[in-house]
Amino acid sequence: MSKLPKKITKKIDNELLKYPKNQKKSAVMAALQFVQAEHGWLSNKDLSDVADYLEIPEIAVMEVATFYNMYDLKPTGKYKISVCTNISCMLRGVDSLVNHIKQRLKIDFNELTKDEKFCLKESECMGNCDAAPMMVINNEKMYEKISPEKFDVIIKELK
Amino acid sequence: MPDEIINAPVQKKLFPLCLATKDLNHPASIKTYISIGGYEALKKILTDKISPSDLLEEIKLSGLRGRGGAGFPTGLKWSFMPKNAKGEKYLVCNSDEGEPGTFKDRDIIRYNPHQIIEGMIIGAYIMDATVGFNYIHGEIWNEYLSFGEALNQARQAGLLGKNILNSDFSFELHAVHGYGAYICGEETALIESIEGKKGQPRFKPPFPATYGIYGKPTCVNNTETFASIPWIIRHGGQAFNDLGVANSGGTKIFSVSGHISNPGNYEIQMGMPFSELLDLAGGVWKGHKLKAVIPGGPSTALVPAHTIMQATMDYDGLSKIGSSLGAGSMIVMDETTCMVNTLKRLSYFFYEESCGQCTPCREGTGWVYRIVKRIVDGQGRLDDLNLLKDVSQKISGRTICALGDAAAVPVLSFIKHFEVEFEYFIRHGKSMIESLND
Ligand SMILES: Cc1cc2nc3c(=O)[nH]c(=O)nc-3n(C[C@H](O)[C@H](O)[C@H](O)COP(=O)(O)O)c2cc1C
Repeated sequence: MSKLPKKITKKIDNELLKYPKNQKKSAVMAALQFVQAEHGWLSNKDLSDVADYLEIPEIAVMEVATFYNMYDLKPTGKYKISVCTNISCMLRGVDSLVNHIKQRLKIDFNELTKDEKFCLKESECMGNCDAAPMMVINNEKMYEKISPEKFDVIIKELK
Repeated sequence: MPDEIINAPVQKKLFPLCLATKDLNHPASIKTYISIGGYEALKKILTDKISPSDLLEEIKLSGLRGRGGAGFPTGLKWSFMPKNAKGEKYLVCNSDEGEPGTFKDRDIIRYNPHQIIEGMIIGAYIMDATVGFNYIHGEIWNEYLSFGEALNQARQAGLLGKNILNSDFSFELHAVHGYGAYICGEETALIESIEGKKGQPRFKPPFPATYGIYGKPTCVNNTETFASIPWIIRHGGQAFNDLGVANSGGTKIFSVSGHISNPGNYEIQMGMPFSELLDLAGGVWKGHKLKAVIPGGPSTALVPAHTIMQATMDYDGLSKIGSSLGAGSMIVMDETTCMVNTLKRLSYFFYEESCGQCTPCREGTGWVYRIVKRIVDGQGRLDDLNLLKDVSQKISGRTICALGDAAAVPVLSFIKHFEVEFEYFIRHGKSMIESLND
């Protein structure tokens, strides 16, 4: 019996259809994404559950989870805010936006607010530079052309 | 007609070829794509049983070069795929687009996904590939989902899967995603990633054409490359070639960002003068003066304003001025830009994204970042500029993949053109540009 909930194993099974039967490992990126979307971050137990389900060594899962920036191996609160600070965003003022966010939330990069609601991450180019500066919340929802004022409105709406 | 009129260069214009559906209603739907002649090329190929070698000739004739950055001739690359290999053969679309300032593949997926799909099916037919993947940058999650929908539409229309359009040709195509690693845009790192591993580039040879995904023959091309294919087959290779200039056939999407009035994607005929592209994008923002441009993404050399104003936007036009076309990611900087601070951010990027496999890149990118950082922190030493050049030159050409070369490019070009600003920062412990504004 798998320790992963049915809801997740169903998604992984669908993903496995993309690859040859003897290449279950190929689904590890997607499997980790599904688990993280559900739990918010990846614990050691999550990694070993994924390893069990795909029948691959835990270390192989750990390698992937630590290599790719969007996986989180520590709690990221209810909302993980990833801000791109790369060149196109920098040219359009992301540094002052980041200062504003840090003051407003009273945290630095890679920190969690006291109420564990927000976490701030610095991100590399998201390939959305015509909407600079921008941020992504919980890896999926993109917010574009953000000013400090707009940021305040956005986080007020996040309950 | 007088000679000068015959020989006068034809004016190059905006030409939405890969982004053909962008301004239509429901641009991404299969109906819209069919309404502009989509999937006709594929139908003709399958009905008339056109031979793969004839199609390959057409692609060679088109002068199409890979749009992912390296500019390798696509027809030639496709001819490397072995003809009579047994078992699976893979075709991969590289939509990992992580080069800072690049967002063109995002728009092709968002607005015209079926042209990518048709391009891949035709590619599969030519190379006899059985399975394809589109590997999409993890940060653009909506596009990953919407591409999946486009695949479903194509499947329902009998365009993917077994016996496409009732022919004896079969090809299956899937969407997969990255999760935050620039290096996975490098084609062998991408292959590792599809195999479910960390994205560390493979040593070549063997090349993917002989040993790719799961050791099977594999061909990787950029999204824009695939999206150009249906047009080429429909209108002929020569017609595509004629859209551009010598050595640069067709159109190219330029992603324009930074200090520009209207950031966005501009798909133009190759060979347009830089100044016209700048005008198309509304010119430098706030009426400021242009200082410098990175024409093709940070792995292409920075060019100062007076030089780029003389250039044309094509492979030769940009190499003549000491830079290159790259992925067409044009980053515009105005007179208020501090080159030292900007280089610091780019150096951090390469340091952060080095996969750690080759020592010169893993260690060298860290050295470079720490040196530029100490200059910005007011701790710079006069010899630092020589040290930066020296370290960069020692990374370049000494690594398995081209990330090492790419990391050296901004360092060398920023210092070459703006040495004065670097020296000022070292001597005064503050930015020359910010001091001007004080
Ligand atoms: C560090 C690095 C990053 C790269 N990133 C991309 C990318 O995001 N997209 C892409 O198409 N090619 C990228 N490439 C180039 C690919 O290795 C490969 O040349 C390309 O996908 C081939 O397709 P094309 O011939 O159609 O351009 C990258 C190369 C390197 C060295």
